[in-house]
Amino acid sequence: MENINKKKDLIIGFGLIALLFIVLTVLEHTIRPTSILFTVLKKGAIYALVAVSMNLLNGFTGLFSLGQAGFMLLGAYTYAIFTIPVEARAQVYQYFDGGIIQFTLPVIIAMILAGLVAAFFAYLIGLPVLHLKSDYLAIATLGFAEILRAIFQWDKLGVITNGSNLLRKYPVFKSTTFYFAVSGVCIALIVLLINSTYGRAFKAIRDDEVAAEAMGINLAHHKRLAFTISSFFAGISGALLAMFQTTIQASQFKSAMTYEILLIVVIGGIGSVTGSCISSFLFIACSEWWLRFLDNANLNFTSIQILRPGFRKVVFSIVIMCIVLFYQKGIMGDKEFSISGISGFFKKIRNKK
Amino acid sequence: MNFFQANLPYLLAGISTGGQYALIAIGYTMVYGILRLINFAHGDVFMAAGLIMIYAYTIMPLWISIPLTIILTVLVGFSIERAAYKPLRTAPRMSIMISAIGMSYLIQNLALYITGGLLKNYPKIPWISDSITIFGAITKRVTVITPFLTIILVVALVLLIKYTKIGMAMRAVSKDFETAQLMGIKIDSVISMTFIIGSFLAAVGSILFFSNYPGVTPTVGGMPGLKAFVAAVFGGIGSIPGAVIGAFLIGICENIIKGLGWTTFSDAFTFVLLICVLMFMPTGLFGEKQTDKV
Amino acid sequence: MNILKMENITMQFGGVVAVDNLSLEVNEGEIVSLIGPNGAGKTTAFNVVTGVYAPTNGAVWFNGNKIVENHPRRKMKKLYAGKDKTVFNGHLEPTPDKITKLGIARTFQNIRLWKSQTVFDNVLIAKHLRRSSNVFSATFRLNWKEEKKQREETADLLKILGLYDVKDELCTSLPYGLQRRLEIARALATNPSLLLLDEPAAGMNPQETAELTDFIRRIRTDFHLSVFMIEHHMDLVMDISDRIYVLNFGALIAQGTPDEIQNNPDVIAAYLGESEEDSDYSDKPYAVEEEAE
Repeated sequence: MENINKKKDLIIGFGLIALLFIVLTVLEHTIRPTSILFTVLKKGAIYALVAVSMNLLNGFTGLFSLGQAGFMLLGAYTYAIFTIPVEARAQVYQYFDGGIIQFTLPVIIAMILAGLVAAFFAYLIGLPVLHLKSDYLAIATLGFAEILRAIFQWDKLGVITNGSNLLRKYPVFKSTTFYFAVSGVCIALIVLLINSTYGRAFKAIRDDEVAAEAMGINLAHHKRLAFTISSFFAGISGALLAMFQTTIQASQFKSAMTYEILLIVVIGGIGSVTGSCISSFLFIACSEWWLRFLDNANLNFTSIQILRPGFRKVVFSIVIMCIVLFYQKGIMGDKEFSISGISGFFKKIRNKK
Repeated sequence: MNFFQANLPYLLAGISTGGQYALIAIGYTMVYGILRLINFAHGDVFMAAGLIMIYAYTIMPLWISIPLTIILTVLVGFSIERAAYKPLRTAPRMSIMISAIGMSYLIQNLALYITGGLLKNYPKIPWISDSITIFGAITKRVTVITPFLTIILVVALVLLIKYTKIGMAMRAVSKDFETAQLMGIKIDSVISMTFIIGSFLAAVGSILFFSNYPGVTPTVGGMPGLKAFVAAVFGGIGSIPGAVIGAFLIGICENIIKGLGWTTFSDAFTFVLLICVLMFMPTGLFGEKQTDKV
Repeated sequence: MNILKMENITMQFGGVVAVDNLSLEVNEGEIVSLIGPNGAGKTTAFNVVTGVYAPTNGAVWFNGNKIVENHPRRKMKKLYAGKDKTVFNGHLEPTPDKITKLGIARTFQNIRLWKSQTVFDNVLIAKHLRRSSNVFSATFRLNWKEEKKQREETADLLKILGLYDVKDELCTSLPYGLQRRLEIARALATNPSLLLLDEPAAGMNPQETAELTDFIRRIRTDFHLSVFMIEHHMDLVMDISDRIYVLNFGALIAQGTPDEIQNNPDVIAAYLGESEEDSDYSDKPYAVEEEAE
């Protein structure tokens, strides 16, 4: 009976995803491409991927890491640096004589390379740092992200990174379906990992690492594995972000970006992949679109100007604090979205009546 | 002698910055010692003190606005603890850290909203903002006052912790939270006192800090806050003298690096120091080793 | 043929010597118990064997191979206060997972199950160490044969131990006694040849303890194990042990068969005490004075 339910969920899940892609394609052909809806969808997909990657690390393995922005930075820059067309390099690297990299890689390879570079740095950083207690790990990874940002803004490396100037003119993708496809594939891989024996080992480490070690799970190896894999996907999301923004600059990858991703994960539920996806879209929709009216100075009723730019973010922050304080489990808690879950929920309500 | 003269402004700036970081760092180390919480919002309390001073000064003269700033900042720190940390005292460690991050986010956004994102100019406090000359180097009087004021306050604090009842209560709570509670110590009062002292010192630190800087932006608290935390880790988390030593070390090295022309890396130095401490000396200079019972 | 040998193990934390020159052996197929008052250093001894602590001085042998060895180094050189001065030159400090891979498994004094996982998964996870698949083959499900085999083995183990009916329950919803049994099942899933049980009967009533006694005997035979046990329930200890070691203040004060231990005056004084019928009150200093004639 159990297995039949699980199979039903899986088939319906696939059906929904297919439906989603069909809807997206239809939308793309009907609504004007500059609509805010697409901005929200694209950015939502990107943040969904990085949120899930952070959840893999924080929620499923119990490693409180705040270095996500650093790995996105690595991914974004790797992609941009290796795909700027040779003819445009002189213009982009105008202060550095065109830069030293004078070839381009195909887009797909550059994207995968983005993930690999991020994973490589994660491996190096992880070696000394992963055995630390949670608060120290948080600060150490935060520190590494800041060091990376400083390095990428350094003039002496400008021949590669363009120093503190923008990187631009690299190939971008306009279609929303592309972002969903890439994010979707990556998230699917993470879900496969989480449900595999390694995913279970990660959860064991999260629940009780002393017991996990006593049952033969090598902590250093598995923590490094989780860290590296999470950073790989953070790197890919960085590459996607670069495409979405069409220009990137090291200074934007501040720790504030990591905090936003962390808040997305918490709101969605630590330990829930679907929760991270849902809350990512909600978060982006609220901050970029739905709460925009709060910034509109023309809507004030009284003479005191409450509604003006910046009010949106204040309301937003208060909502987040409420969720953190009162709904600690987040939207989904540690459960995943499923049709049997929803029908069970409705059955409970009917039974209560 | 020329080398010394050329670098003296940086050295003096370093000692001064170090003192300011020390005043912030004490807040971090005390809160971590008692609650095992990295109070991410502490740096923003420091920034808020700066803003409060600016707005107070537009209405009131200096001799009122300075004490008012200090009182209001203490109120802010106290309220943050009551609103965002007290409800989560029994929650897992990650939750309370996330609450601190959320609080920091909220304060920064509030500041952004209130100021409209513009740089606000800090009032010029007479006498301490005046330029003076020391050994041929021109600097502001506040640069010289800061280290002395810091040391006085730190000594006062250490005396308080060693010789008063509330100080003993604080030491007990930082050693063993639960047992202290069972022994009848009013945990809420101790924790509130910790935040009050921390915010008081942050307010003083902000007055000294912003006398030297053109103005206050909403994000200005982030970096000094993080650096002060690293100072606390370096000195051994929970140790006040350690945090002070760490803060002066960071302040001096940071300014020497700037003096050598590597400004982009002056911030990174702090984090390299952090990584080194965590790798080679995780309990810091004066910290205690903690073993987990299996 | 001894399967486990602890050789002159001294464990010192800072200035406190928790285990002082402990040497003991467990022979193949035996059930050996380690008893003593609270704080005597028993769990510390376990932690040295399983690699949680590296001993300050001494060595541990498993199946004739040296698996742990250490001598006072760095700070400990000056602080060392143990009685034993035997020199151990080597330095072997394996992490607990390596020792488990060799075939030593343990349970914990305070139950340490993985609370978010079901009964089935708690045991399945313990089989992870025996996998030959890497993270790629696991993610892409290329290891489906190995996964199927391990799931079958887990189901079999649960059936043998009487936990199959609750296999899909969250382990936290089990009653205390079953949780303890699950912890043992989990340890058995790692395919050990030596099982370390840390107070397996803690919190159990006499009936549960009797069931546990049979249970331990049964798994010793069915799984070809040797058992090394810390326990306070003397009925269980005396009933089931082939030999007993007695620890007090970190040092060994007696060893022998259950009969020998029960009659050992040092052990009685330190730990066991006497039962009411046997004692003779007249030699106690605070005895009630006999009425003088």
